[in-house]
Amino acid sequence: MNPLMEPPTLNPPASTLDMPRSSIGGFLRALSAVVWKDLAAELRSRELLSAMLVFALLVILIFNFALDLEPGTRATVTSGVLWVTFAFAGTLGLNRSMAMEKDRGCLDGLLLAPVDRSAIYFGKVLGNLVFMLIVEAIVLPVYSILYNVNLFNPGLILVILLGSIGYVTVGTLLASMAVQTRTRDVLLPILLFPVVIPVLIASVKGSSAFLQGLEMADIWPWLNLLIVYDVIFTAVAFMVFDYVVEE
Amino acid sequence: MDTKPRFLTILDGVTGVLFVIATAMVFFYAPEETVMGQVQRVFYFHVSAGWVGMLGFMVAAIAGVIYLRTGRHNWDIVGLSAVEIGMVFAFINIVTGSIWARPIWNTWWTWDPRLTTATIMELIYAAYLMLRSGIEDPDRRARFGAVYAIIGFLSVPLTFFSARLFRTIHPIVIGTNQPGATGAFDMTPRMLQTFMFSLFTFSVLFADLLWHRIRLGKLSDRVEQLKLKSMA
Repeated sequence: MNPLMEPPTLNPPASTLDMPRSSIGGFLRALSAVVWKDLAAELRSRELLSAMLVFALLVILIFNFALDLEPGTRATVTSGVLWVTFAFAGTLGLNRSMAMEKDRGCLDGLLLAPVDRSAIYFGKVLGNLVFMLIVEAIVLPVYSILYNVNLFNPGLILVILLGSIGYVTVGTLLASMAVQTRTRDVLLPILLFPVVIPVLIASVKGSSAFLQGLEMADIWPWLNLLIVYDVIFTAVAFMVFDYVVEE
Repeated sequence: MDTKPRFLTILDGVTGVLFVIATAMVFFYAPEETVMGQVQRVFYFHVSAGWVGMLGFMVAAIAGVIYLRTGRHNWDIVGLSAVEIGMVFAFINIVTGSIWARPIWNTWWTWDPRLTTATIMELIYAAYLMLRSGIEDPDRRARFGAVYAIIGFLSVPLTFFSARLFRTIHPIVIGTNQPGATGAFDMTPRMLQTFMFSLFTFSVLFADLLWHRIRLGKLSDRVEQLKLKSMA
């Protein structure tokens, strides 16, 4: 091709124009800014974490009476009780975290920023994941003490991490849709639960397999399922998030 | 647009005739199954309805992808229509399954992977309709509907696999059965012909209903526009 025919480059080199969207470094900077904003806001108000925590403890308390958690039955239902607690506390946190953005017009501000939309999405996901993991990190020892079960098991922590990632990736996407509807507070669990059933099934079975000390050959299918779910839904949420926040 | 297309009228007639033939085949052409008896005849329409349900949800997910890429409102109507039809047929699938399960499994319902998946699928698309009804802006409604149709459809196979890791008792008539499946049978050629014909009939029925529903969607859009125009 004739060099003279080449179209002139319209974009100046990335170094002269400090656009965050042009590089991975900029993407990470934008992402960490969103995460930091969430954490800083939470550190000052503490309204989200405290609500999630108290709610989680209340759920465990209710289960204590509903299921009569005696030592004999406890071993088999522990992972189920834990995951129901995480799922309920999780919706509370997700709803609140997105409603906060919507109500105070913060979302519009975020969207106006000249950064990639996916940086905002992953920032919110990471922020929500941190909140969920903090709640889980407090609930686990409390549950251990209250019911005299040893929950300090690296395998269990791995399952909880993988399960929370899957739950939060889909949850953040659906929460950002739910807050833009008329029936937002009731809508999130209805949208979220049927879609995260695979995560919940795999997490409950995986957790209880680790707690019962089963062979790794029995546990791998559940871990694989969690990893596959996480990968698929991170990719899909990444692709469709633009359409969800578009005005 | 205003008058009903002639081909649609023809399709209506063809669907009706096919349906009569399929029903006749189910009752008179297919032989009676020796172990299960007459109740086995529900199988032909049971599987066909399940197929149409899945087809509807698949069409909705594909229409969702196309809508997000092109932004053409017609694809939103296709998606909504496909979900509505899919839900009805998935429900028929569940009900006919229960009718069969009562004498064969001795229970109306069991938490088998297929049954679990079917239920969760219905809940996903019920959530889809609730999501849509909570949004006034048609553009946003279409976008969110498309996104949720895609996510919901993708989660269905994962739900099925996760539920399948438990043992199943649902028979697999096509393919190999897992040990423990109750109510399995081998199809004779006549049964297979009846089954294939039912599948075909239900597919045509799906196309016919989808066309009607899309037309209805477009007409209701027209009414909406005319209303706005007359008020302005």
